[in-house]
Amino acid sequence: MKIAVQTEPFDLAAEVAALHRDNPKVGAVASFLGVTRDENDGHAIQGMRLEHYPGMTERALRRIAEEAMARWPLLDLTVIHRVGELKPTDPIVLVAVAAAHRGDAFAACEFIMDYLKTQAPFWKKETTAAGSRWVEARAADDAAAARWSDRPRGNG
Amino acid sequence: MRLRVLYFARLREALGTAEEALDLPDGIDTAGALVEWLRRRGGAWAVELGEGRAWRLAVNQDLAGPDNPLRDGDEVALFPPVTGG
Repeated sequence: MKIAVQTEPFDLAAEVAALHRDNPKVGAVASFLGVTRDENDGHAIQGMRLEHYPGMTERALRRIAEEAMARWPLLDLTVIHRVGELKPTDPIVLVAVAAAHRGDAFAACEFIMDYLKTQAPFWKKETTAAGSRWVEARAADDAAAARWSDRPRGNG
Repeated sequence: MRLRVLYFARLREALGTAEEALDLPDGIDTAGALVEWLRRRGGAWAVELGEGRAWRLAVNQDLAGPDNPLRDGDEVALFPPVTGG
């Protein structure tokens, strides 16, 4: 299992290869790549800064990964999330999951992203022509995570 | 009871602080009571932690609810709902 929070770019092909190269039991690797867009809520985005909570971030990602390993028969997985300054077209996050069969790999990959979106302490601040603004959390993300039957905690 | 309290993202900017060490009076022994106590500072504290504002809290780097007990030396963090991915 590899969990990383970093400012540097990552190499998707190399990360996927590392999950199956030395393990002939792997029959499927599902991966998700999140990429910075140039538009959000009708605003043109020039770039963004990703802040996080060092220590808790790695702990939260590891907990989500371990939960995925407990729910599905996975062989290995990698989660890499970037922080710091990002511009449109820059990759932000990679989740790659190795399993014997595709169903488990697809499901676990989606589960990890849904939980990451609602439980890992990252915050985006976008820069637009009008200035910068914090991105608001989306109810749709809570709903996506709730499909796996967990509830976010807090006051609203 | 002495705590370390961290603030992130919009809360850090609005409250004008990233981190503080707090000596809590007796009786403030849950995360929810801590937030209520901070709210009584007024101004941005009352607004940002008040009704209708969404926030999350973590105790010792785990997401926690208002009923979460606090102990001497705990690290508490307050932040907006997360927006990674």
